[in-house]
Amino acid sequence: MYEQLMNVLMQVLSRAVSIFANKLVPLVGAEGPVDATGIVPTSTVYLTLIVLAGLGIVFGVALAIVASRFVVKVDPKVEQVRETLPGANCGACGFAGCMGYAEAVVGNPDVAVSMCAPGKSAVAEKIAVITGKKAEKVDPKIARVFCQGGTSLSQRKFIYTGVQDCTAAVLAAGGDKSCEYGCLGYATCMRACPFDAITMSADNLPLINPDKCTACGKCVAACPKQVIELAKFSKAVVISCHSRDKGVDVKKKCQVGCIACGICVRTCPVDAIKIDNNLARIDHDKCIVCGLCVKKCPTSAIKDYMSVRPKAYIDPAKCAGIDVCAKVCPVNAISGDIRAVHVVNQEKCIGCRMCESRCPKKAITMVEIHATAAEKKSKAQEPVAV
Amino acid sequence: MWQHVLTIFIASALINNFVFSRYLGLCIFFGVTKRMETAVGMSFTFTAVMLVEAVLNWVIYTYIMIPYNLGFLKIVIFIGVVAAFVQAADTIMKKVAPALYYKLGIYLALIVTNCIILAVPLLNADENYSLFESMALAVGSGLGFSMALIIMASIREKLELADVPKSFQGLPISFVLTGLIALAFLGFSGMITL
Repeated sequence: MYEQLMNVLMQVLSRAVSIFANKLVPLVGAEGPVDATGIVPTSTVYLTLIVLAGLGIVFGVALAIVASRFVVKVDPKVEQVRETLPGANCGACGFAGCMGYAEAVVGNPDVAVSMCAPGKSAVAEKIAVITGKKAEKVDPKIARVFCQGGTSLSQRKFIYTGVQDCTAAVLAAGGDKSCEYGCLGYATCMRACPFDAITMSADNLPLINPDKCTACGKCVAACPKQVIELAKFSKAVVISCHSRDKGVDVKKKCQVGCIACGICVRTCPVDAIKIDNNLARIDHDKCIVCGLCVKKCPTSAIKDYMSVRPKAYIDPAKCAGIDVCAKVCPVNAISGDIRAVHVVNQEKCIGCRMCESRCPKKAITMVEIHATAAEKKSKAQEPVAV
Repeated sequence: MWQHVLTIFIASALINNFVFSRYLGLCIFFGVTKRMETAVGMSFTFTAVMLVEAVLNWVIYTYIMIPYNLGFLKIVIFIGVVAAFVQAADTIMKKVAPALYYKLGIYLALIVTNCIILAVPLLNADENYSLFESMALAVGSGLGFSMALIIMASIREKLELADVPKSFQGLPISFVLTGLIALAFLGFSGMITL
């Protein structure tokens, strides 16, 4: 066995030696003038191989000894956490790479498990299981586009034919769009996104794929018009406009801009909307995502990112016919005589959850009506518009 | 002999400063000089590694490579020695001095592929320096590089507040600065002739 192995080794060695030894080779780089040639003696070739192999073995053995003598016991949890993490080393957690976060989250009790932005809540839960820490509810963020005025809905000041990039276009008198707050549509954000989460719609507006967006903020930094902002994913109702122009001017420039009419302010059941500097803004801490303002906005400037809204359903066994729900319903979807079982008109219900919280008998539940299979299919084919 | 050692030391630190006269090691030079803390950390690690590997390589060169006429293997062997030593130092430091490891450990990995680290044993070999002369060159070069890093870091920290034109911000202005300091270092040339 060993003899065979040695034989093979010697054959390979002699073959290797015969390639170099006793042949005329240029000596450039080795002790000679530029055009020098010389014969390499066999002994040099052997010595080279022996010295290199010897040094290799010495270094290898030395490193192996050092590694075993000076082994540092790493908490196996660190390795587990590192495997759970996505491994993108994006640095969104604020630590140096995924390994840095894994070490910190295992070693330091004050480091939260929910800091991995690309991993979202799934990873946070797994880390919580490994480290035995409590998983706080993660409210993931997502990039939101604060402009709906695509090419068909907005006006242009001039025809821009320069470099097709927003940062270039903005140098030409602030871009070709009449509205100085709007999206220019030259896809700088799409190119900045490291996760391919942004696509451009047919109307030249960025579409953000909520499944791919990790809220890393690269697009926010890339947009020269500050059209993209990070917002909480759960707060799905957003005033999709940044225009601080007066209402009249907005109307001239864009069909879907906020004209600061104040209807949403009056509609909002929790006083979460305020108009500041000719622009309605939602206080997302107060907002209950009822979606009433979306329905009432005359220019459709408010956007509802919730694809399917749940509908209210009254449990007839619990309903005592108190009529609070019917009074509170903003769209009059609930009907029924006093002291009789009430019914929700599913067509009218907008899923605002107002009745659910007001019913003293807790008879109302919100039921999510999922899109039918056919609808889902057609949706899956085109990028999800958000 | 000691006079020659001192001459080599001063020459390598000032006159033949690796960054400002030989334009070597610019990658690390620009990489770690954004903050003073990293520059100082790098300076210490760099000088220490350089001294040890100069000695190691001198021993291998004098007692193995010269007797067996293997001078042409310099680059391969020197790089191998540096890599093995740095890896060993990394492992040992992690165990013995974890605090130091977390401060300086990241620089060790950067050092392996640095050109000054390779240039020092190569120069030693080419000039047939003795052990002490090799050590003088290593320490001198290390101190010269540290000086370059610290000078640059202190200027770049001030530069953060300066009103630099947008197209010059970041690396471009740093290159301009390096050129200016190199001009100043030109004043040392001719002070000592080796």
